[in-house]
Amino acid sequence: MAILDRTISDDELHNLLSQRKLPRWTTLATCATAIAGSALLSFISPVSGVAGTAVFAFLLFIVLQTGLSFAVEGKRYAIDRLATTLLLSALTAALVPLVSILLTVLVRGLNAFNANFLTSTMRNVSPRRPGGGILHALIGTLEQVAIAAAIGIPLGILAAVYLVEYGNRSRLARTISFFVDVMTGIPSIVAGLFVYTGFILTLGLQRSGLAAGISLSILMIPVVVRSTEEMLRLVPRDLREASYALGVPKYRTILRVVIPSASTGIITGAMLAVARVTGETAPLLLTTFLTQSINTNPFNGPQASLPTYVWDQISSGTTASIDRAWAGALTLILLVMILNLSARLIARASRVK
Amino acid sequence: MTTLINPEAPVGAPLGKSSRPRDALFAGISRGSGIVVLIVMGAIGVFLLWKALPALSANTASFLTTSPWFPDDAQPKFGIAALAFGTLLSSVIAMVIAVPVGIGVALYTAHYAPRRFAPTLGYIVDLLAAVPSIIFGLWGLQILMPNSIGLWRWLDDHFGFIPLFSNEQNIYTRSIALAAVVLAIMILPTVSAISREVFAQVPPGHIEAALALGATRWETMRTAVFPFARPGMVSAAMLGLGRALGETIAVALILSATFKINWQVTEPGGNTFAANIALKWNEAGTIGLGALIASGLVLYVITFAVNMAARLVVERRRDFSGAN
Repeated sequence: MAILDRTISDDELHNLLSQRKLPRWTTLATCATAIAGSALLSFISPVSGVAGTAVFAFLLFIVLQTGLSFAVEGKRYAIDRLATTLLLSALTAALVPLVSILLTVLVRGLNAFNANFLTSTMRNVSPRRPGGGILHALIGTLEQVAIAAAIGIPLGILAAVYLVEYGNRSRLARTISFFVDVMTGIPSIVAGLFVYTGFILTLGLQRSGLAAGISLSILMIPVVVRSTEEMLRLVPRDLREASYALGVPKYRTILRVVIPSASTGIITGAMLAVARVTGETAPLLLTTFLTQSINTNPFNGPQASLPTYVWDQISSGTTASIDRAWAGALTLILLVMILNLSARLIARASRVK
Repeated sequence: MTTLINPEAPVGAPLGKSSRPRDALFAGISRGSGIVVLIVMGAIGVFLLWKALPALSANTASFLTTSPWFPDDAQPKFGIAALAFGTLLSSVIAMVIAVPVGIGVALYTAHYAPRRFAPTLGYIVDLLAAVPSIIFGLWGLQILMPNSIGLWRWLDDHFGFIPLFSNEQNIYTRSIALAAVVLAIMILPTVSAISREVFAQVPPGHIEAALALGATRWETMRTAVFPFARPGMVSAAMLGLGRALGETIAVALILSATFKINWQVTEPGGNTFAANIALKWNEAGTIGLGALIASGLVLYVITFAVNMAARLVVERRRDFSGAN
């Protein structure tokens, strides 16, 4: 800040302290002027449509506000206002797609979403006809995610226990910790390829719900490790010391004292991990075959799932199937959001006490 | 069960190595679980390479510089040139859009938003991360594509002299640009969540010092917050890039897959490693599968490198930020 690098004379100080500021209502006034100006301009020039007018109004607002502030308050405050406006517009830019996605999934999804949709399958339903349902995919997803959770959550928690309780910042612990972070970033399709090459081609596993569950568990592990690790580190050292002082062996201290006191956090993390993999499509495309009927056996035969169901319906491309795709998307997003929200609620409930 | 008070137990045993068998067993199990992570990371590379080798040796063209993809011909001919091009181009465009917006959102939630709303705002943006990628794809295809044609046409009309924006086919759908916008929305929560974390870690003393010297809010950001958070911001951008590189389904739904290198990003076409694997998987023969696995290996190596670099950048910061 150049202004701070030199001594300030009395006159300047007086100017600085009696800084002229724009009154608060100017923001609203500028905003209104910009919108009015842009609307007027849309009649006389080919600024196209609502979007064009909105963008132009936004630009006009920035120019007007920065200019006004520059004239009255000076350069530094003009830049400050400009920055605030840009940050706020970044936030808006992030919220617009979110709102649009949630709204369209809700509105378009409700076209085909009803009790019948949830309780019937696509067996003997032609892609062109409306009707049919998602029960087979719901069953598949629940089973595959359950398998993923059964593998991923214990492994993840145990690995986190090692990092926090036994690792002691040893070389191995630091290496594992680092690669857990890297693992968070592996593309989901690579997890599918790994299960295909490692388990299906090499070990002779079939393309099945189990294979899908394994690939999802690979995506879960790093998330579970990270969240559990964070929670375990929050457990006060005194609790462990107290337990040791009573002569309780270390493993029982971990199982009976450390993990229970961190349990809500661990559960929250695990549920978020489950929510994350529930919507994964790519690995399932490589590790399962599609089917239109119920298959309750994840160890054998083709099995549907919600994401691949939506993928399949989009690929069919008929009006009825696109409706079903949106309804499937609604089911999927509801499932994910319920998992997500309940995880956060558990976290919040535990924070109160 | 051991009794609670065991006079035979060595003093201080719980802290170091233990002579109790169950302790040793449990320690072994948890250490083994940790090692599983390392094994999986290594095994991915090994298995992909192993299963890709037959296809790679059957390839009659150069794997790295060929664009066409005909692995199941009598004379297999395939390469990753077009895939690498499409993957990098779409991810870089996505980054150019998502990084400023994501950092802006993070800065706003961390230092501008009223204290009461900040956590809610953060949570709402995180909600974007919870939306499954298939839904981004469906939304991109059905909602964003028809509504963005005007924008691409406008870019073509007014900035067509820049090769990137010119569109000779006058078709503005299923393009790399559209896929990149969807990718940008998808990586936004990644970028903003990580940046928000580092912004929140800036020592309050630095911020208060800047404000006390008379800095405006923006000057405080520039002089106190950014210098501290720069490595974190770099790492956030790279992690976002990593996500964009590997994103499959949304891209596969949006692009109309071609195997050409085309800089005109608003024209239909283009392809990425991940999308190509998903699209070609069920129609591929033996060599075809091997070729897809080989391209998956390249994707794995690239994302691995990007993620590792991103983590190393943050890791380095941890060392000298211990003072705060």
